[in-house]
Amino acid sequence: MVLILGITAVSAARKKAQPDLSPYFTGSTTTPAQPDSEGFIRRWLILEPIEKPNRSNTVFTDSYLREVLDNKDFSAATLPRDGEKVKLGKQTLQWHSLDSEKFNVKLFRFATLLEKPHYGVIFLVATAIDCEEDIPDVRMSVGSNSASMWWLDGEEAVLLSGDRRMVQDDCMSRRLTLRKGRNIIRGAIINGPGMSDFCLRFLNEKGEPVNNFTVSTK
Amino acid sequence: MKHSIILTGCLLAASGIAGNCLAQTGEPYIHDPSTIMKCDGKYYTFGTGGGGLISEDGFTWHGGGVRPGGGAAPDAVKIGDRYLIAYSATGGGLGGSHKGSVLTMWNKTLDPESPDFEYTEPIEVASSLDGDDCDAIDAGLLLDPVTGRLWCTYGTYFGFIRMVELDPATGARVEGNEPIDVAIDCEATDLIYRNGWYYLLGTHGTCCDGPNSTYNIVVGRSRNVTGPYLDNVGRDMIAGGGRMVVAAGKRRTGPGHFGRYIEEDGVEKMSCHFEADFDRGGRSVLAVLPLLWKNDWPVAGEPFEEGVYEIESERRGYALELAVDFVRIPHKMHRFWEKTEEPIVPIESQTLADVQDGWGDGEIEVRIGDYMFRPHQKWAVVAVPEAGGYLGAPYYKIIIDGTDRALTATADREVTSLPSFTGADEQLWRIEQLTDGTYRIMPKKVPGCDTQLALISIADSTPTLGEFDMNSDNSKWNFRKR
Repeated sequence: MVLILGITAVSAARKKAQPDLSPYFTGSTTTPAQPDSEGFIRRWLILEPIEKPNRSNTVFTDSYLREVLDNKDFSAATLPRDGEKVKLGKQTLQWHSLDSEKFNVKLFRFATLLEKPHYGVIFLVATAIDCEEDIPDVRMSVGSNSASMWWLDGEEAVLLSGDRRMVQDDCMSRRLTLRKGRNIIRGAIINGPGMSDFCLRFLNEKGEPVNNFTVSTK
Repeated sequence: MKHSIILTGCLLAASGIAGNCLAQTGEPYIHDPSTIMKCDGKYYTFGTGGGGLISEDGFTWHGGGVRPGGGAAPDAVKIGDRYLIAYSATGGGLGGSHKGSVLTMWNKTLDPESPDFEYTEPIEVASSLDGDDCDAIDAGLLLDPVTGRLWCTYGTYFGFIRMVELDPATGARVEGNEPIDVAIDCEATDLIYRNGWYYLLGTHGTCCDGPNSTYNIVVGRSRNVTGPYLDNVGRDMIAGGGRMVVAAGKRRTGPGHFGRYIEEDGVEKMSCHFEADFDRGGRSVLAVLPLLWKNDWPVAGEPFEEGVYEIESERRGYALELAVDFVRIPHKMHRFWEKTEEPIVPIESQTLADVQDGWGDGEIEVRIGDYMFRPHQKWAVVAVPEAGGYLGAPYYKIIIDGTDRALTATADREVTSLPSFTGADEQLWRIEQLTDGTYRIMPKKVPGCDTQLALISIADSTPTLGEFDMNSDNSKWNFRKR
């Protein structure tokens, strides 16, 4: 069942024109971004979908997700480069640095606009947030369609199991500290049939959005 | 089987004097309990005939309260740093004289062991003669939170319920103040204020007949403290009106003498007596019930009952559950639109034995998810009376039904489940019904934390511990049997 191991970088990052992914995405700039007014992070590196056929989303139990998603290639506390290509089995996939037009990152549209597989797939996403000081007692708050697993600096933060719908603030991590400097967020979203998207933000102890950091994919 | 043994243990432990986990423990024997006062960490209530009850935790009560003067149906209110006690000398009631007298007196403390414990000389604030349409006993006190004025109601089934104004500095009747008739044929009235309404609560029915007492507590409300007090169909209490607050039930008859206790915003309780607790040989006992508010009417909640529940988050309606794999129930799907001649065979509910082997023996995190009446979502809530309690109820353990796996507060202010209940404070839970009918769930103690925290839905699917907020559905839970 473990199909997704050993991602190999096959080319260095190189800048070239992004395909037109409007109205859902635009290519990100080199200027660091801010979370939006509600704290949602919209700048992400997204890997072209990894084929992982599943006819139903009901198989996404905790055990299944840990078996399929919980590996060091997915959770690494490093940032891929825009345009970087990786090889998985017979697939060669490229990372795209994008800004989402919506608070929820529309992975299904990302796949269809790139004319890539959009059902029975795993999406990997990554971004970096840079803090001027430690921000303690915050929670990573995630909604995803369908199941997903999230890491902060390589440590598991949130697991969303089952046949999930994307719901704002569906699952939250335990209290975390965003460290001064760079923090790497990684996510793996798995989907069988149907729509796929996610949203992610950090909330403080009062349930207020955390936005005193910048977001970068560089 | 384990569960039923535990329940039996609860019944026995609580009933060292006979009783059950619905009632106050110890020797909670009293008639006409005054509004419960908290003084230096202890709870106090006084009753008819003198004396009173004291409790260290609000759940186990014993005699020892000191209230001189004898007589009937006292009440109490804290004004500044002093306690004002009102009580009445009665002429005999029912077939006797109706010459009565309401008196007030002060004390700096209610603890008879304190060196500051000393009552002032009683002052008469109202009276009745035999020929009056009033029996000046059964005092009730309200310090109006809006105006700061102090009011006293009194009277019985023998004529009018009357109201006089007292001086909150002295406890004496305001000079020149004349009694106002506000109701008839009640006993043990009490005034309270909430949300722009004044409420007059009184006890109707037959007093002092043990298991056959028809006593019950009713209420009317008014925008003005002096009335008129109308019930829910617009009937004036001076014409006998009143909306039910609490009646007999749970093998207890004759609720009477209302008192309100506000823990904090959204957490209120009411005290009364039941004239006969069937499980205590028909003795009159103190009861502390949740006080609910429905459309600005006070209603007694039910004492929490042990049982197996879905614990539903008020936030989205999902249920507290173990974070374990969802195990599907085998099922042959039929095409909805095709008629079938196959016999209907009920689907068996999933059992603990069907799934428990996959859970492991260690810690299992908890989360909140779609309720599917599965074993990992069914919580047995069992009283642990030997661990003490809080005002009105014992602490509970919350375990997965059929196991000893216990909901546990952690030092990092989260919740989890551990394979065994140890009796530790972090596995004991305080369950209180809120004024809107939902519940607050709080651990007795969070390890290493001095702040009182509650079980919170921090996200639709994520529980944690945080400060209780009555204005947030994140803080509220429902216990459902389904």
